[in-house]
Amino acid sequence: MNNMASNKKYWKSVEELDDNSSIVETLKQNEFVEPIPTDDFLGDKETLEASSTTRRDFLKYVGFSTAAASLASCEGPVIKSIPYVVAPDEIVPGVANYYATTMADGFDFANVLVKTREGRPIKIERNDLAKNGGSVNARVHASVLSMYDKNRVQNPLIDGKDATWSDFDAKVAQKMNEMKGKEVVLLTQTFASPSTSKLIKEFTAKYSNVRHVIYDAVSSSEALDAFQNKYGTRALADYDFSKAEVIVSVGADFIGDWQGGGYEAGYAKGRIPKNGKMSKHYQFEANMSLAGANADVRVPVTPTQQLQIVKALTGGSASGLPDNVAAAVAKAKAHLQKAGSRGVVITNLPDVQAQAMVLDYNANGVVMDSTKPKLTAMGNTQEVMKVMNGVVLGTVKGLITVGVDPVYSFPNKKFAEAYKSLEMSLAFSMKPDATASAAKLVAATPHYLESWGDLQLKKGTFSIMQPTIKPLFNTRQFQECLLAWTGQGDVTYYDYLKEFMVGSVLGTSSWNQAVHDGVFESTANVNTDADTTESNSLELESSTSNGALSNASQSGGMELTLYTKTGLGNGSQANNPWLQELPDPITRTTWDNYVTVSKADAEAMGIENFNVADGGLNGSYVNVTVNGVTIENVPALIQPGQAKGSVGLALGYGRKEGLQEEMQTGVNAYQLYSNFKSVQIGVSIEKSSGVHEFACVQLHNTMMGRDIIKETTLEIFNTAKRNHEGEYDWNPIPKVSKDHEEIPVTSPDADLWTSFDRSVGHHFNLSIDLNACTGCGACVVACHAENNVPVVGKAEMRKSRDMHWLRIDRYYSSEGSFEADLEKKENISGLGSSLSEYGEMEDPSANPQVAFQPVMCQHCNHAPCETVCPVAATSHGRQGQNHMAYNRCVGTRYCANNCPYKVRRFNWFLYAENDEFDYHMNNDLGRMVLNPDVVVRSRGVMEKCSMCIQMTQKTILDAKRDGRKVKEGEFKTACSAACETGAIAFGDINAEKSEIHELKENKRMYHLLEAVGTKPNVFYQTKVRNTNEA
Amino acid sequence: MQKVKFTSIPSIVSLLLLAVLLTFSNNISAQADSTAVAEAATPAAEGVGDAEAGEALFKANCAACHKLYKKAVGPALFEVSKKYDREWLYKWINNSAALIASGDAQAIKIYEEYNKSPMTAFPGLSTTDIDNILAYTDTPKPEPTVATGGGTADTGESGSGVSNNIILGALALVFLLLVVMLVLVNKTLKKIAAANGVVYEEKEKRAPLWRVFAENQFLVMVTSIFLLLSAAYFMYGYFMQVGVDQGYAPVQPIHYSHRIHAGDNQIDCKYCHSSARKSKHSGIPSLNVCMNCHKNISEVSDDTYAMGQEEYGVDYNKEIQKLYKAVGWDAANQAYTGETEPVKWVRIHNLPDFAYFNHSQHVTVAGVDCQTCHGPVEEMEIMEQHSPLTMGWCINCHRETNVNVAGNEYYKEIHEQLSKKYGVDQLTAAQMGGLECGKCHY
Repeated sequence: MNNMASNKKYWKSVEELDDNSSIVETLKQNEFVEPIPTDDFLGDKETLEASSTTRRDFLKYVGFSTAAASLASCEGPVIKSIPYVVAPDEIVPGVANYYATTMADGFDFANVLVKTREGRPIKIERNDLAKNGGSVNARVHASVLSMYDKNRVQNPLIDGKDATWSDFDAKVAQKMNEMKGKEVVLLTQTFASPSTSKLIKEFTAKYSNVRHVIYDAVSSSEALDAFQNKYGTRALADYDFSKAEVIVSVGADFIGDWQGGGYEAGYAKGRIPKNGKMSKHYQFEANMSLAGANADVRVPVTPTQQLQIVKALTGGSASGLPDNVAAAVAKAKAHLQKAGSRGVVITNLPDVQAQAMVLDYNANGVVMDSTKPKLTAMGNTQEVMKVMNGVVLGTVKGLITVGVDPVYSFPNKKFAEAYKSLEMSLAFSMKPDATASAAKLVAATPHYLESWGDLQLKKGTFSIMQPTIKPLFNTRQFQECLLAWTGQGDVTYYDYLKEFMVGSVLGTSSWNQAVHDGVFESTANVNTDADTTESNSLELESSTSNGALSNASQSGGMELTLYTKTGLGNGSQANNPWLQELPDPITRTTWDNYVTVSKADAEAMGIENFNVADGGLNGSYVNVTVNGVTIENVPALIQPGQAKGSVGLALGYGRKEGLQEEMQTGVNAYQLYSNFKSVQIGVSIEKSSGVHEFACVQLHNTMMGRDIIKETTLEIFNTAKRNHEGEYDWNPIPKVSKDHEEIPVTSPDADLWTSFDRSVGHHFNLSIDLNACTGCGACVVACHAENNVPVVGKAEMRKSRDMHWLRIDRYYSSEGSFEADLEKKENISGLGSSLSEYGEMEDPSANPQVAFQPVMCQHCNHAPCETVCPVAATSHGRQGQNHMAYNRCVGTRYCANNCPYKVRRFNWFLYAENDEFDYHMNNDLGRMVLNPDVVVRSRGVMEKCSMCIQMTQKTILDAKRDGRKVKEGEFKTACSAACETGAIAFGDINAEKSEIHELKENKRMYHLLEAVGTKPNVFYQTKVRNTNEA
Repeated sequence: MQKVKFTSIPSIVSLLLLAVLLTFSNNISAQADSTAVAEAATPAAEGVGDAEAGEALFKANCAACHKLYKKAVGPALFEVSKKYDREWLYKWINNSAALIASGDAQAIKIYEEYNKSPMTAFPGLSTTDIDNILAYTDTPKPEPTVATGGGTADTGESGSGVSNNIILGALALVFLLLVVMLVLVNKTLKKIAAANGVVYEEKEKRAPLWRVFAENQFLVMVTSIFLLLSAAYFMYGYFMQVGVDQGYAPVQPIHYSHRIHAGDNQIDCKYCHSSARKSKHSGIPSLNVCMNCHKNISEVSDDTYAMGQEEYGVDYNKEIQKLYKAVGWDAANQAYTGETEPVKWVRIHNLPDFAYFNHSQHVTVAGVDCQTCHGPVEEMEIMEQHSPLTMGWCINCHRETNVNVAGNEYYKEIHEQLSKKYGVDQLTAAQMGGLECGKCHY
């Protein structure tokens, strides 16, 4: 055997088999076939040999230089400090300045306060002076980061090449002259800006071939038509839901983005039980929306049924409603009648008649305000369609777009090609979006934080937009361009604006005061686009749209409701990683849009959602077809509460142009937005192959009958008396067993530790009212901005490595209500029943109750994390905060494992200045948004909510410096300051008259997982549902 | 030990001679000085005014805008009395605006030349006062005298240095001679002994000390333990110093002397570092703050200048010119050119990012002197890091320092309660919570 083995001959090429081959002979002597070019890298052989450096010497040098380098690295780097040459008066390095300004990007309008440090805007806050300022929602909070977007257009572009503004002006002038007599459309976003309206009029007066058309990417055209028909102004009715006793919403997500949003504050006011009263909210809708999640009664119905419901509620007669729906409608109607003028009906149906019916109904009530309507949307679908078809047919020769991206958001597929062959295409854009990258001329525009402007968000309420930083790039705002192109180049827009405001609006009040406040009231009547838009096509509109919806029941197929997500909205801020990573409040999914389907439909079509071994959520793909337009491979998500026979899909995703690769998420649902109607009927859904990986941050959707969120009904809340232990049965203090005796967990006997004396000095507590929390997510983004929370990306999110310090948990009931869940759990007995029934309870019901719960570090007084840290990196402060010293942390993660609330976040990677990631912390521009008072954490350390200790410390220092006590309401955290509804309140409970002190004494107060005995400094207010009927 | 350079006697002699010569010449120039001063004083005494009284008035009223030999905000005033009519000067100084308004051509010309910035009216100055001032302004520049004086002082000093060296050198030489002589004597004695047949007894050969030591294992062990321990001690000490830049005094782009500003001129630290009062940063002053004074101070006084040259090898005037270049100040035309060039100072005090420190808390609230942490800045020619800036150093101070609660409404209640709790009269920063991790790390 051995012999055989040794006789075996291995060969590399046939040549070797020939014993006489000279090649083989040569190769035998050489290890390598070709000589290694050592001379090339070792230099001249002779000099090398002559060199006195031997191999040993060389090694010595290497050794020495390594040692020297490591020794030298002990020295700190030389850091340069460069002071101003002439310091601006208002800037003190290290002290923040605040400026009032207004955001207006055509979709979100809000009065804001901008925090700047050393001249850099770093955070958006609410402007308390603004009463009618729109909603400072998650997108508005995140908008500051959109300014520091590295993909912005940095110069005006002529045919894709950088140009100067003087060349650009010349080119535009030449082009405009060429276009004389041909139809040119100026397609703009809604500006709601009186001075801009005036400027546009001056421009169209100079170039009479230019027609101005307003285009809202997400249309409210039908509501506008109805309002215009009734009241003569193209505007949207405003609502004050705090005055409402009964709210019936038919498909309107008024806590989300319905008609511009901004209603949650008023809504929440009516939702906190006061004097035994709170509003009653009925929601009839197809998709599960934020409003539906907050409703007392939610009935899933398809859009065609919604039209019938609107008819029924507003006095008409309904047909074809299923019995259970009809019964719910009857109840809602009775309740509305009882409420009288304090009842309100709203709808989002893209149908003029339905909108008109609702307006007529509400005109008798006190909730709607038609005298001071909102002017934040003015788009006219008919006009926009004319433009779209005009471009496709070639009748429109030139298109100037401002703040809109029609190539991306027009549903007509032929538009993109037609746009490229236009004689004149000029795009005003901040980003190289689809339109800008196809346009021949691109005017680089500044961000709103770099611009001047005026706005009339509501009739009679004016706002000023002022720059908070010098433009980062060579940009010029639209108004400035118009001035230059109408021969007023010697006037700056600031001068024009000031003259206009002082002359037409301000009257005797001071311009400086207006700029300082950012907002003021005036009765001045200024012309807006709302008054000038033509309304000749209204008759036609009302007849067609109504027909489409009424015929739907016959046409068959699914009904699609296109909606906007809390994160991305209409998609104009798609390159904002904060928003991409903000979990959708309902589905808790990030970095995606998807078709939401009901469980019944999913089963019928074989659509699956399942969790894989690492916990990640996977789902099937479907192809969606509407009117012959198909989007392939759209991920499908089974949504509890989705009306059977309906599907939902979010707009704003699927952008490709001008975005980093990471941000190119989802599918472009605007392709299905035909006729700019949010409801599409006759939709066919077809399962396709493949599995989609979602990045969903909540894997368990039900509470399994536990009291994580405590709930009760208004009736019990109003009538229940204290029991013999002095507590309410609906809010009991958990009992623990000691020496076989039940004692309340709050009793000192139940503690292992003696408690600290917390009566001296400040003691911070945070209260979260589950009745007021609508789940809007503004606090999450505010927390990101304040605390330099990193963005980790979709792949990491899927691994549950999200870094959110503050999350908003969403729970579904597995029975019809949470109360029924509890009952079911109580009735479980025996092994068999517990195995099957606990299993059932993991599944949410087809139409579940929903509850939101913001959870951040609970700052436990007896914190489990503190006792397990081997290096004492986390410790307790006397003021109630649980401190985390990042520089001390060694990353054992014991604390996270021992935390019952799972609020600690571990830095699996270095998320800043790391080439593996491409978000804002990974480029110089994006890092300008970082808060200099908070450390950027490194790899391998644990982090968590600090209760904004940098803010409380600053407040204390301010008081010390002024030699005064801290004022009531002065203590704030980023989340409490961002909360529009007042759900999150923060303060010092040792200050006896403070709001937080009262909240702590409130009978609704409870602690999360109180039975664990952690004694948190964050507490919740029990959710009360209004189950009263008329 | 100083190195001895001198080897030959002739060179020593020549140096000694030089030293004597220099001391003598010093005396001569000192005599020349006194005569020069006397000469300068004489014309003033003979003039229409009293130059000495004039100097006081000039410094009180005019020096903010005028210099004698150089243009400042206003023109240089040396021999101004010879340029203009004295009566006209009285009118101009008492109320220049009125003179301009009256249409005086000469007045308007000056007004136009100096950017139409009117001169402050001094109606309070009498003609005698003005005469005195003019007498002072006629004083010629006493330039060469001080410079030579400085020069001689310089050589004088170096002369004494040389003589010290000479003495030491001579002593060393003497010792060397003695050693050589000893060796020679020893050799001679040995020779003599050998010649005389005296037997020179060799000592018994003993084992060398190192071998005895090496053979004693106990001793070796004790010594090596001792050596290891001491090595560990010094290594620890060394490694604990890594990253602690106490004494860090980098070369700055402009040689800025805190000694002159905060020491000699007693400028308050917070005049320049004003943000220390209200911000976490003390702030490196922007250049416009420098120009508040340096618009008028383009040159240092001659004494200061000489001191800079001698002790630090720095031309202070050139450093001021660097400031002018950075801020874009055209001293000749007294105007900003707009061409600026920010100064890239080297930061001295570097706290790591994870440590939060707030100046205003310490400066304004606690009333801590800047010197407590920054050391005797008013004596530092080159700024250096005085304190280690380590956490131990912070903590120590927090443990020892009482909170400054006097008159601060914020502390009133909390101090009362806490001091009762701890049973003390005065709370330290530590007792107030100043040792909690989260107070500085977030």
